[in-house]
Amino acid sequence: MSKLAAKDIHFYYGDFEALKGITMEMTAHTVTAFIGPSGCGKSTFLRLFNRMNDLVDGSRMTGLLSMDGEDIYARNIQVDELRKKVGMVFQRPNPFPKSIFENVAYGLRVNGVKDSGFIASRVEASLRAAALWDEVKDKLRQSAFSLSGGQQQRLCIARALAIEPSVVLMDEPASALDPISTAKIEELIFELKKDYTIVIVTHNMQQAARVSDKTAFFYLGELIEYDDTKKIFLNPRVEATQNYITGRFG
Amino acid sequence: MKKAFKRFLERCTEGLLLLSGGTTSLAILLIVLFLFREGASFFKSPNIESGYVLAVHPENPVNHLSPEQIKRIFDSEIVRWDEVGGPAMDIELFRFSDMVQYVPEERLGADFEHVPAVVDSIVMAHPGMIAFYPEQFVAPEQQLKVFPEATIRPEDYFLGHDWQPTAHPAPQFGVIPLVLGTLWVSLFAVIFSLPFGVAVAVYLAEIASERIRKVFKPLIELLAGIPSVVYGFFGLVVIVPLIQKGFNLPVGETGLAGSIVLAIMALPTIITVAEDSMRTIPRSMKEASLALGATHWQTVYRVIIPCSISGITAAIVLGIGRAIGETMAVLMVTGNAAIIPHSLLEPVRTIPATIAAELGEAPKGGTHYEALFLLGCILFVITLVVSITVEIISSKQKSNLT
Repeated sequence: MSKLAAKDIHFYYGDFEALKGITMEMTAHTVTAFIGPSGCGKSTFLRLFNRMNDLVDGSRMTGLLSMDGEDIYARNIQVDELRKKVGMVFQRPNPFPKSIFENVAYGLRVNGVKDSGFIASRVEASLRAAALWDEVKDKLRQSAFSLSGGQQQRLCIARALAIEPSVVLMDEPASALDPISTAKIEELIFELKKDYTIVIVTHNMQQAARVSDKTAFFYLGELIEYDDTKKIFLNPRVEATQNYITGRFG
Repeated sequence: MKKAFKRFLERCTEGLLLLSGGTTSLAILLIVLFLFREGASFFKSPNIESGYVLAVHPENPVNHLSPEQIKRIFDSEIVRWDEVGGPAMDIELFRFSDMVQYVPEERLGADFEHVPAVVDSIVMAHPGMIAFYPEQFVAPEQQLKVFPEATIRPEDYFLGHDWQPTAHPAPQFGVIPLVLGTLWVSLFAVIFSLPFGVAVAVYLAEIASERIRKVFKPLIELLAGIPSVVYGFFGLVVIVPLIQKGFNLPVGETGLAGSIVLAIMALPTIITVAEDSMRTIPRSMKEASLALGATHWQTVYRVIIPCSISGITAAIVLGIGRAIGETMAVLMVTGNAAIIPHSLLEPVRTIPATIAAELGEAPKGGTHYEALFLLGCILFVITLVVSITVEIISSKQKSNLT
């Protein structure tokens, strides 16, 4: 069964229809990349999966969005519980103005975990999973702002992993980083897919080609094409996809 | 040519800006300098009413009395010389107005030319007597011992417990009750207004819809523009009677009334500053917290309040600044008794209220006048210390956070 499923999703910012009937499914332990020009709705779509768009005033959604077969917009769903299962990494590193340790521990603490031994072990495991442990193990009490941009982004990934979500959403996680940091994040995504279902929005074609198993191309609020990454990049069905990938517009 | 003109214009603007900045700083510096200069000359003032002298029998070893001792002697609270380091004798008081009890008026002479001799003879006849009379009647042939001119010592001022600037013969300038009154009222004003202010700021920044915010924010800012005398009037008519009835007091004009009025006055500042700092927290910070499964409330108290702590501290400083310096409203509702406050339900008198109430009746250049300027200096130092302390605390908190 598919991990995430969207059925005929329409999304409106006020009168503006940002998503026009999207239907797609994502399987567990895969990396799905959303590509498309700016304003095509890919980030909006991504943020529906952890209901981050609930914060936007005057927005409205129709359609069915489910995880593990459960409607995540159902009335009985608690949004904060959902977000514990669906982690998110943002476009720009956004660590809290706290120590490195406290950043990673934050998710556990807001979930009411008090056992400091458990918190310490989760922090270490998450930092290891985010390939950051060796760089920060001696300065866990230092401010997160003392890290470089790439390290901060991996810290944000570690922070998302600490509460053991099953899905990780990444909204252009490497767009604000230098090439070396980007390479590290990409490596990390490859590692993480063993344990997590990953959805990544990216502007970078090569990145989508490198890290993802499946790719979805969005254009003007519509899902134009969704297939195996290889197929999309080598032999797309739709001409618009072809044009975008080869850089004729976007 | 055009370019040169443009550069010249730019230079002129720069010069103007520099000039205005310089004048402002200079003006502030001059005000502070003026305050301290006027205040400092207070310690050159005599410790008894100017134009008068104190004199005792030449065999009396006492040479100096503090203003407090003089007052207590003339109030008959000190009745024996051994209480002030003198011989074991009762103190007899002689005020200039008592003269006629000792000698008939005609003996003083048509132009009072015999007064020095008469005073001398009276004092010489009473070994335990202390005389207080105008210095114009001091004469070289007198045998009595005139106290050397003494000035008010700093400890009499800064540690004195009694503020009675018009007391006779020795005015009392002890600032402790005023300083404590000011701190007391301001402290409670901040304690009352801070939780409210932060709560309203959180509500406006985080919970209220945009429409409600648009109504409330200007309304609250409007409150900051109400003249303080109106707040004082409100306090006098509404809060004072409430306190009087509520606590069953003889008078409602108490420190509590002052604190409440000040708290109301400080609220708009605290709300506006704290709310602004909460709204400048990057949206991404909030989203990060929510995305980790934190509820809205957890986000507010774990991320939003800690992140805006420097703004909240700024709000506290401004609130305290407003409270400490506020004059009119406090003057109207606190009862203005210069006593050391033991509870909020007693009348208190603050430094600014004292200055405002008394400057009008203090002759320029006199001791009282200078004492009031020195009070201004104290107020200045208090606010300076408060802002420096808060600055240190907030920078420490910031370095812990970042």
